[in-house]
This record gives sequence, structure tokens and C-alpha cells, in this order.
Amino acid sequence: MLNVHLILFLAFGAVCVAGAVNLLAQTHPINSALSLIAVMAALAGEYLLLGAEFVAAVQVIVYAGAIMVLFVFVIMLLNAGVEEHTQGSRVAILFGVPGMLLGSILVAWVVLQHSGTESVAAGALKGDPVTIGQLLFHQFLLPFEITSVLILIAIMGAVVLASKPPTSPAPAPARKVD
Amino acid sequence: MKDAFASLADWFFAEPIRIYLLASVIKSAVVLGVLLTAVAYTVWLERKVVGHMQNRWGPTRVGPFGLLQPAADGIKFLFKEDLTPPHVYKPLFLAAPLIAVIFALTSIAVIPFGNSFTIRGYSIPLQITDVNTGLLLILGVTSIGVYGVALAGWSSNNKYSLLGGLRASAQMVSYEISLGLSLVGVLIKSGSFSLRDIVNSQAGHFWGFIPHWNIFTGQFVGFFCYLMAAYAETNRIPFDLPEAETELVAGYHTEYSAMKFAMFFMAEYANMITVACLATLMFFGGWNGPLFGPRILQIILPVFWFAAKVSGFLFLYIWVRGTLPRFRYDQLMAFGWKFLLPLALVNLIATAIAIAW
Repeated sequence: MLNVHLILFLAFGAVCVAGAVNLLAQTHPINSALSLIAVMAALAGEYLLLGAEFVAAVQVIVYAGAIMVLFVFVIMLLNAGVEEHTQGSRVAILFGVPGMLLGSILVAWVVLQHSGTESVAAGALKGDPVTIGQLLFHQFLLPFEITSVLILIAIMGAVVLASKPPTSPAPAPARKVD
Repeated sequence: MKDAFASLADWFFAEPIRIYLLASVIKSAVVLGVLLTAVAYTVWLERKVVGHMQNRWGPTRVGPFGLLQPAADGIKFLFKEDLTPPHVYKPLFLAAPLIAVIFALTSIAVIPFGNSFTIRGYSIPLQITDVNTGLLLILGVTSIGVYGVALAGWSSNNKYSLLGGLRASAQMVSYEISLGLSLVGVLIKSGSFSLRDIVNSQAGHFWGFIPHWNIFTGQFVGFFCYLMAAYAETNRIPFDLPEAETELVAGYHTEYSAMKFAMFFMAEYANMITVACLATLMFFGGWNGPLFGPRILQIILPVFWFAAKVSGFLFLYIWVRGTLPRFRYDQLMAFGWKFLLPLALVNLIATAIAIAW
């Protein structure tokens, strides 16, 4: 049974990477946004296979179902057109590619150091509301509350940026009378 | 190698697996058939009931009481010309109705509609699949369904369609929060995301006759919030702004014809049925009801109670449609954010305090 999980895990990972590559390759913003939704959904599949059912469901509800809807909403509202692709910067090629290689090596090294750790299987963790509530409001209370304050600040910042400065009421446009 | 195949075959053809596969296939086929029939006949019921409310007859010509009207409509949709306007963005124009209808039909898979029964020692639950995060799965699947409407509006490349799609996405994201919060009160009481557990937690009676349904045990405000948000989520009157005929021609499905047009309607009615099922499961005790008679009746009666409650909700939907006018768009947003969301939050806090007491 474990092999089925491994195959599914790799398949979802492949969908994830393919979606991310497609996100960069597409020229139209709405296609890029839809690729990002595919990435989110595939990530939810990965979480599910790691036994985190609640996180998988929240991933779909919040990221794929709410945040990405707002992305699509904004693209539709602005009626954004096709993007132009540039040649790319030389700095990105000079530093980005070695940096990415270095990062991958680092991650691989860390994973190999901890290869003795047991992997979790689907259904291994309890995902009922009681356990989730205990974790969020006992063990992880401080990070949870700090995150909520952070989000509140972000909302207030958006409101401040979006609200127009108070100005004197514009003079009524002169009406033509024939 | 031969042994491996033999053991695989043994595993595959072992009796529990065989019974499980057979039961799953039969259940899926029956549930899908019932759902599609229910979708078709909800349309008939709506036309009939709204007709009578407006002092008309509704469909009468095709079959007795117009009962064959859905079949006639289906045949008509299949044989009409399927127009694709030249200015649309084709890939998404074709994908949008599929997205809408697939996600609308998927969520029925986790809805339990009766007790389990036993055949030859194997217990078979009356539900396609019982996952322990069933409620979250339904919320997730319905939240993906909005892409069908939004993308249909955008890809049609038509200002009325675009406005319909924009309205739909803004409205659904706004009301999804109230919808989720209104259900948390029930979750606090039952302590499980599994719909079967939630229904089982509502079994029993007060003083022998008032059932232990969540609506009678303090979740009335939660039910009210759920009902309002559910009307908005399914784009029904009084919140049918995305397809407001008087303002937007037909909204997001203006450019669609034939079966693609019908798919949007199937999605809308399937969503109505899902929402009615969820209301029954969360607030009205699911399949709980008076049980009597022989063993076969003990299996059929819960399904009957469940179907009766769901039909009641569908009738309520149609009744509201025949009664109320449409909201204005700013009223819709103000109602969702300034009234429904605070009310759902107050209900959540009050429930939490009452449980902790």
C-alpha cells in the first residue's frame, strides 16, 4: 500500500512542478492564475498523502477557493492583456542558477542527514476539530495570534492605501441646456 | 513473480474487497442517477410551483401534469445548435461549463443519506464514501465551483457576461465566510468533521417528542445565517445578481447555447440540492425520524426522512423565489459583510461560551 502512496506523491509533485513552470511560460495572466490554482490543488493532494487532512482541506478552501478567486477577479476587473516576455536579466542567470543549485544541494543534504526519520502515512494523524483546536489555542497560541495581528495590519494598510485623501467636493459639471 | 500475481489476485478477489467494490459501484450509479433525476425534476417543480404562485398553470402539455417536460427539455438541449461565438477565448469558454457541472456533482459523494445496513456480515453505509473531513471537502469543492461562473463570464468576451462573472466571484467569496462560520457552531457541538458523526450526534429526543436536532438545541441563529449565505452561494433569488435578467441580459451565460447552457443550469440545481442536503444534515438531524415496522422498513424510512427534509428545503427555495424581489448590488454586499458576518460571529462566540459553561 505504501508504494501506491509514493507513486501518488510523486505524481502530485510532478503536477505541482508542471503547473509552476506553466505559470511562468504562459503569456496571459488568466492562464498563469489557473496554473497557480493547479499548483495549489496538487499541494493539497501532497498534504493529504502526508496525513494532514485538515491542512489539505484548508489549502483548497482558502488558497484555491478564496485567494485565487480574488486573483482571477482582479485580472478580470482590470481586463489585463497579454504580457511581453523579456530576454531576462544577466544577473539572474549569473547568480540565480548557481544559487538554486546550492539551495538544492543544501536541502538534499539536510534531508539525507535526517533520512532515519519515519515518514507519515495518510490517516496517521488525527484531524478532528478537537485536536486542531487544542493545537491552535494551546501549543501554537502565540504564533496563531501574532499571525492574526499581522493580517489585521495588512488589512488596515490596504484600507489606508485604497481610501482617497479627503478633498473639497468637486464642482458640479456645468450642464448644457439647449 | 507468479506468487506475487497470485497474492495480488487473492487480495483483489477476496470477498470483503469484492463486496466493497460492488457496493461502491452500485451506490455511485444509484446516487448519480437519483441526483440527475432530482436536478431535472427540481426544474419542473420550480416551474410548476412558481406558476401556481403567479396564478398560472406551469408546464401542462408534455405528459400528465407536464411530468415529461424535463425529458422534452433535455432532448431539445441536445439537438439545438451549439454556437461558439467567434470572439470568445475558446479553451476557457469550453472548460467553464464543465468546471461548473463537475464540481457541482462531485460534492454529493460524501453526503450520507441513511443508516448502514448489513449483508452477509458486511456493513454497507448508505453513503458513497465516508471521509472524516467530509464537511470541509464539501466546502472546498463548492468553493472551486465559482471558477466555472467566473471564467464563463470572462472568456465570453462580452461586457454583460463579464459583469455577471465579476458579480458572481465577489458575491461567492463574500458569503463563503458567513457560510463557513455559521457551520462552526454545529462543529463545536458535535466535535467532528464527519457528516455521519454530526448526524449521529443529533439522535434522541427531549421529553420523548422534541428531537435533538441542532436547530432545536440552540443553533437557530446559525441556521438562519447558513440559509441566507446558501441562497447567495447558489446565486438564487433574492441574490441572483450574477444572472440578473433585467440588467445583464442573462449574465455569465449570455453567450452559451444548447447543452453548455444546460450545464450551467444543471450545476445551479445540483448546488441547490447539495446545499439543501447540508442544511438537513447539519441542522435538521439528517435521516433521524420516527422508525417502525419490519427490518426492511427500518432501512428505507431513514432515507425517506432524509429525502423529505431535502424536498422541504427545495420547496423553500422555490417559495422564496416566487415571493422576494432581487437585492441591489450594494445592498447585497452590505447585508453580507455588515449584518450576516457579525451575526455568524456572535453565534459562534455564544455557542462556544454555552458549551464551555
